[in-house]
Amino acid sequence: MTPVRENLHRFFRAARGAGVHVSPAESIDAMRAVAQVGFSDRVILRDTLLLTLAKSQDEKLALGDCFDLFFSQPEPNQDQPDAQRDEDGSQDTGNTPSSDEAGGDQQPDNLGPLAQMLLSQDRNAIAAAIASASGAASLSDIRYSTQRGLFSGRILDAMGLQRLRDDLDDLTATNPALAERLRTALDALREAVRDTVSQGLALYAREEAENLRNEILRNAPLARIERRQVAEMRALIRQIARRLRERYSKPRKRQRRGHLDVRRTLRRNAAWGGIPFLTAWKRKHRDRPKIVALCDVSGSVAQVSDFFLLLIHSLHEVVDDVRSFAFSSNLIEVSDILEKKSPEEAMAEIMAKVGFGSSDYGSALVDFESDFMQALTPQTTVIVLGDARSNNLDPRADILRRISERSKRLVWLNPEGRLAWGFGDSEMPRYATFCSVVRQCATAQQLERAVSDIVATYQ
Amino acid sequence: MAEQNASTAIEAVESGLAAQGYIASRQIATAVYLSDKIEKPILVEGPAGVGKTELAKAIAAWRGMKMIRLQCYEGLDEAKALYEWKYAKQLLYTQILKDKLGEVLGGAQTLQAALAQLHDFGDVFFSKEFVEPRPLLQALGQPGGCVLLIDEIDKSDAEFESLLLEILSDFQVTIPELGTVSAITPPTVILTSNSERDLGDALKRRCLHLHIGFPEQRLEERIVESRVPGLSQTLRRQMVGFIHEIRSLDLKKLPSVSETIDWARVLVLLQAAELDTEIVKDTLNVLLKYEADIEAAAPHVTTFIAKAARSNVFG
Repeated sequence: MTPVRENLHRFFRAARGAGVHVSPAESIDAMRAVAQVGFSDRVILRDTLLLTLAKSQDEKLALGDCFDLFFSQPEPNQDQPDAQRDEDGSQDTGNTPSSDEAGGDQQPDNLGPLAQMLLSQDRNAIAAAIASASGAASLSDIRYSTQRGLFSGRILDAMGLQRLRDDLDDLTATNPALAERLRTALDALREAVRDTVSQGLALYAREEAENLRNEILRNAPLARIERRQVAEMRALIRQIARRLRERYSKPRKRQRRGHLDVRRTLRRNAAWGGIPFLTAWKRKHRDRPKIVALCDVSGSVAQVSDFFLLLIHSLHEVVDDVRSFAFSSNLIEVSDILEKKSPEEAMAEIMAKVGFGSSDYGSALVDFESDFMQALTPQTTVIVLGDARSNNLDPRADILRRISERSKRLVWLNPEGRLAWGFGDSEMPRYATFCSVVRQCATAQQLERAVSDIVATYQ
Repeated sequence: MAEQNASTAIEAVESGLAAQGYIASRQIATAVYLSDKIEKPILVEGPAGVGKTELAKAIAAWRGMKMIRLQCYEGLDEAKALYEWKYAKQLLYTQILKDKLGEVLGGAQTLQAALAQLHDFGDVFFSKEFVEPRPLLQALGQPGGCVLLIDEIDKSDAEFESLLLEILSDFQVTIPELGTVSAITPPTVILTSNSERDLGDALKRRCLHLHIGFPEQRLEERIVESRVPGLSQTLRRQMVGFIHEIRSLDLKKLPSVSETIDWARVLVLLQAAELDTEIVKDTLNVLLKYEADIEAAAPHVTTFIAKAARSNVFG
């Protein structure tokens, strides 16, 4: 493989690292395109790769950054001859005699190639050596930040660190001054390698690291999430919402085809004497989900409700109609707040209005029945999110029964584990009899499954 | 070498399109050049009115080719996009040929023999004679090549995308009764999308992906210059500067290039010498298409005009 091609392949890997999906077919297209435009014009090359590889505006941005980072590497190398010459020039004036002395009689051939390279201070050669050694150590396989030490070690080994150590030992005995110079040079080399590895990590490992973090985040209990992770969790929830939208927003025509519509078929084919060339079919009527969500925002459940509301309200394309209500003891409608404000502001406002009280499911249900019962239709799915801990007050399960009767389904999502249901002041078993489904919903993953199931029942 | 030629060839595309009144950015020109060289369709995305459809027209005019346009909408299917059998003609022919049937089968004594004779005739009714070519099939049949514009692909159904895949990757179409029809000359295919829904990966993979956003100020000035020559340079700068300020607002529908051009025409008609609050407020409905947007923009008009005038002095 030519070095140019190899470079392109490394760029494709870097692009995948940046989260751009580059399939083999796309990489072939990109190769063909690059063969047309060549490498000479950096701007055209960038446009070409953006055109062939990136398939959306986000990907274009990511790939553009990746391109700049990737091709920023060789550029200093090209500049370096000048810089080095300048430096050499300045060094020459002051240091010529000493370096001549040192180089003249004390750079014997018995030193290893790496030691000689370091002592001659040929930066180009060193940079090239680091590059080829990172190739040998397959730096593009780096995935996690914990692997930095490993890869630095591998690169240094590939460059001949062992031989250098031996040389150092010999030199310390014979020529301490030269040994000292070599040691400083070695430290500089270590630093350069560390930088190379960090850059490699930034290029090749971004997606992997993100996947790992997301995987951990998906299974972390929502209620006990750390403050610094809240923003990441929001991003994850938005991702989930996008996935659900993509899965459920596409209309599925074929499944909707019902019986032959005889009347329309006859009318349409009147021109051919009633011979049915064109057939007309009835459509099965399919509702888009209508959702009424009742969210407990007291104490420990608040955080879960927050993420749940964020998810439900990012599903516009899929869900026709969402009305959300929040309560701890009294209940208010919060749909407008959620629609109009940013998630952070909306949550703050909801919390200020009803949050953090001690929960009273009975009175919340009474509020709902008196004010909003007419919002329920036979197409509505009612989702209650809460731990069903009602502080030993009257649970008013009878109202829940009426809600269940008026709606299509009643789903209860409980952040607590199944084991805790029914213990202490938990009214879950009494409520559960009127629910179509009760499920635990403590992590982002469980949240996704729950919402996905609810939407799927309408498909 | 290809490498040296590339940048001159891309410039040639730019000037070729410019001759047709389409001022293309470097990226657009690169996309057009590449799609020609590696024979791939271009998928153009971007807000409404930035010249996605115009691009296809300009390419067709520049290369002197015919443009075939397929407007997508919900419910578009292969009968309207690809081909249809001429049912009425088939029916008519069967009626006419009924009488001839006796002559054809005249010699046959048994049913078996009659069937055998009929089989020898082949499938006359499902032949090229009875195919009504729709835009996609028409595009494949153009001997000199053509520009095929598949407009607003995001409006069509997901199933229709799959129908396009064969034509996009191999420039051919398979009709079950006839076999595969390949393009005589591969057409230049342009697909446009307003991103109303996400297109499938399979479709995107087969295309070069070009995003046209709102142009930079200089570029937009050149566009206005080429489209509305009657406008003075100072006024052109002012109005483009003003529109760029408007685009910084939070509006339902931002004015795009087509609105800029419309507005420029209106200003020429009204014989405006320079931008003032009066004339802007009177013509704001050319730029903004929602009442709420006009209300939101109205208070800023004076400051924006001042800003545009200032940048004009320094720029």
